[in-house]
Amino acid sequence: MSNAIIPLLLDSLASAALIFFAAVGLTLVFSVLRVLNVAHGSLYSIGGYAAASACLFIASQQLNPYLSFAALLLSAVFVAAIFGPLIERSLVRWTYGKSEAVQILITFGLFLILEDLQRLIFGVQSLYEDAPMRLLGTSSIGGVVYLNYQILLVGMAVLVVVGLRLLINHTRLGRLFTAVVTDREMAQSIGIDTNRIFILAFSLGVFLAALGGALSTPTSGIAPGLGADTMVLAFAVAAIGGLGQIEGAAVASLIVGLARVLAIYLAPSLDAVAPYAAMLVVLLIRPYGLFGSVTARRI
Amino acid sequence: MRIILTAAAVLTLAVLPAAAPWLQFVLTLAIAKGFAALGVAVLLRAGLISIGHAMFFAASAYGVAFLAHAGINDLGLLLLLSVLVAALTGAIAGAFLVRYRAIFFAMLNLAVSMVFYALCAKLYGVTGGTDGMPVPIPAVFGIIFAEPVFKSVLFYLSLALMVLVGLAVQRYLDSPLGHALSAVHTNEIRLEYLGIPVWAVLLIAYVISAALAGLGGAISAFAIGRVVPDFAFWTASGHLVLIAVLGGIGGVPGAFIGALFLELLHSAAVTVTDAWNLIVGMTLIIVIMFMPQGIYGLFARKEASSP
Repeated sequence: MSNAIIPLLLDSLASAALIFFAAVGLTLVFSVLRVLNVAHGSLYSIGGYAAASACLFIASQQLNPYLSFAALLLSAVFVAAIFGPLIERSLVRWTYGKSEAVQILITFGLFLILEDLQRLIFGVQSLYEDAPMRLLGTSSIGGVVYLNYQILLVGMAVLVVVGLRLLINHTRLGRLFTAVVTDREMAQSIGIDTNRIFILAFSLGVFLAALGGALSTPTSGIAPGLGADTMVLAFAVAAIGGLGQIEGAAVASLIVGLARVLAIYLAPSLDAVAPYAAMLVVLLIRPYGLFGSVTARRI
Repeated sequence: MRIILTAAAVLTLAVLPAAAPWLQFVLTLAIAKGFAALGVAVLLRAGLISIGHAMFFAASAYGVAFLAHAGINDLGLLLLLSVLVAALTGAIAGAFLVRYRAIFFAMLNLAVSMVFYALCAKLYGVTGGTDGMPVPIPAVFGIIFAEPVFKSVLFYLSLALMVLVGLAVQRYLDSPLGHALSAVHTNEIRLEYLGIPVWAVLLIAYVISAALAGLGGAISAFAIGRVVPDFAFWTASGHLVLIAVLGGIGGVPGAFIGALFLELLHSAAVTVTDAWNLIVGMTLIIVIMFMPQGIYGLFARKEASSP
């Protein structure tokens, strides 16, 4: 039994790590900007397309295949540097202080635009280049064979949790983020350039989403429709953890990953429904997520 | 004045297919989407955005297909039962969803509709997967028409339903129960202090909006003759939201005006480009940024400025 379930567990942990990248970006942007970016999933798939194109280019030019690891990371940086400031300045900034309905509608419009743009540029067939995964090979522990790339994914997710925590608690930028999250007006009045903080936080969120998308291409390839699926899963994870909670998102992606293992093990046809079932159960018991706090109701 | 305008508009719609027969299908679909968008607009009054309403549209369309396969072959009965299917789905989903507001409401609706879509597409043995299910031409009061005649019957039936259901929804929105919706939007706690259960107000609105979406779905199923999972896809929900926003403050007529506008734009756009969602997304953003009252708002403003 353990021979069957341990690779499955690693497989689920690896996909949980990918969803975690998207979810933590979503949650970070939400806590600093107080805007839930419905187009966040599209940025994940754009990161994926950028990485897949870069890796395919490296393969076609017969460059050193180890360059594709750099390509994965750089394409995420590239996507964040272009789309982060562009979207924040042109659309998201316009919605600050407006009702949540307006924020949802604007970012939803952006979602429709980005999804169609990807379809027009990259077509409807899937892109797939697994060089990074093949290069890392497999390792065998106790007679069970693992993909090293999946172990790398889980390691990267842990690194992101620790990195974000260090960034927020121990750097100047992190302190500025915290100040803006705690009291935006007060932060502004003591001279913090909140506009700059918003651009930085939004771009960091885009980077994390694009990184998840980029890292996902070697294992599963990328095809149209990924953006919408990711958006909903990322929201499910962020909601289970409590919107705005970084460690919450990490724990929640573990829960979703385990729910998926259980579903595959017990009822394979239901594996797509498992994350939502987990979300429904958690939200029924704790409407603001596992680590979320109840916000005061406005009178 | 309003009554004359509405009557003139409905009459124009009724004679248009005689002039241009290809318009009949487009107009039938526009009315169907108008019903569904009206459902979204009802919830929008309470400040709740559902980006998953295509689910009820599809639930009722699949209801028609399943009931027709089970041997029910009467247009009226099929319409009634499938709307009930949508309302029931709405009651089940709504009982859970109306506890949430704003982002949570929008995203949970999206999540539920994506699960529904995934189930429709994956359960090949039950729903026919992405091939969908055929919808046979039903009998109308025991008479079986040829296909072109049935499509005309369907068009005039939807036109009549548009007026009747439209009036009923207008009555609902003008009732205390309907006004409670905008009160939820402005100040929910005040409503609770007044002794009005917000939960019940929203659940009733949710079921009504699901039933409206279902009516649209059933009409579409008959008009197209096939039901596919794409009926429930999130882009379809996006179109409904856009129509509701286009309709803006126009209430009941607004939703149908928005639907007509978008369907006509669609049939013009498909000949030029297939980037339809791109156009929908851009229109959505432009409408929200520059004309927050919808296209109906443009007319209303003109009317107000002319003495």
